Amino acid sequence: MSTFEGQGARGKGQVEIMLNGKIRGISVDTTVLGLLSELDIKPQGIAVELNLEIVPKSRFGEMILKDGDKIEIVRMVGGG
Amino acid sequence: MDILKIANREFKSRLMVGTGKYPTNEIMVKALEESGAEVVTVAVRRINLDRSKESLLDYIDLKKYTLLPNTAGCYTAQDAIRTARLAREAMGTEIVKLEVIGDEKTLFPDNEALLEAAKVLVKEGFIVLPYTNDDPIMAKKLEDVGCAAVMPLAAPIGSGLGIRNPYNIRIILETIKVPVIVDAGVGTASDAAIAMELGCDGLLMNTGIAGAKDPVNMARAMRLAVEAGRLAYVSGRIPKKLYATASSPIEGMI
Repeated sequence: MSTFEGQGARGKGQVEIMLNGKIRGISVDTTVLGLLSELDIKPQGIAVELNLEIVPKSRFGEMILKDGDKIEIVRMVGGG
Repeated sequence: MDILKIANREFKSRLMVGTGKYPTNEIMVKALEESGAEVVTVAVRRINLDRSKESLLDYIDLKKYTLLPNTAGCYTAQDAIRTARLAREAMGTEIVKLEVIGDEKTLFPDNEALLEAAKVLVKEGFIVLPYTNDDPIMAKKLEDVGCAAVMPLAAPIGSGLGIRNPYNIRIILETIKVPVIVDAGVGTASDAAIAMELGCDGLLMNTGIAGAKDPVNMARAMRLAVEAGRLAYVSGRIPKKLYATASSPIEGMI
């Protein structure tokens, strides 16, 4: 069973998260820092929100993503 | 020295510039340079996981510019507060241009939600610069809840119509003590000069520069107009009169 509606993205030893509005399968025990590294995103100039709570950069390494987590990763873009 | 003071920050330039809608990042860099701006606005958006790793911040020297994140595109107080918090976390800055939009077509602010969001963010220690209507009552309410400046619109965002209601802007200037920064709707240099001649403390613009055929030269034009308008304001213009007054002496005529 997929946590989210529609097609699941979970393989063996994986959990499913909602990353910036899209379902993604990641390995069990992946931390926020691990996910960023997998995505090749440097922690500078970004903010991470997990289930509507901001994750301080100091906690990226210890915060383990669980099945069903909703994570948002944002950065600055051009705007007025 | 004529300094613009917002909360605990001081700026020599009274022109703030947006970073959206330039034809290329290289043109944006040159336009920011020509504008003389010290404050540049940015928006907060999801990281694009599919595209290149190129980031806007690769083009903006953070030693030179103060970033002013906005909450553009937010239609509720809750979303605006959430966006402001994310910007603070990402950039380590408490300053925010607070926008709560009420309507897609006009992009006019939802002032009720704006005030609600402003109260929350001020309490959380943000330096709140709210984008609002040219409404003196609203401006006063925003000042009263602790906003560090108020930013009334000249005209709808991106419209280029210039100051639609100079009399309201004048009343706002008489009513409140925090800086008044006209934000949105400036189309060309004379619009900028008019805003500054009214006594506004500063001006924020994006489309007027980014959307011009030559954004780099328009940025320079806007810088000169803001400087000229400010200088004219502090110099004290002559009163308007219906009839002529001779500049040359009448005595000694042959």
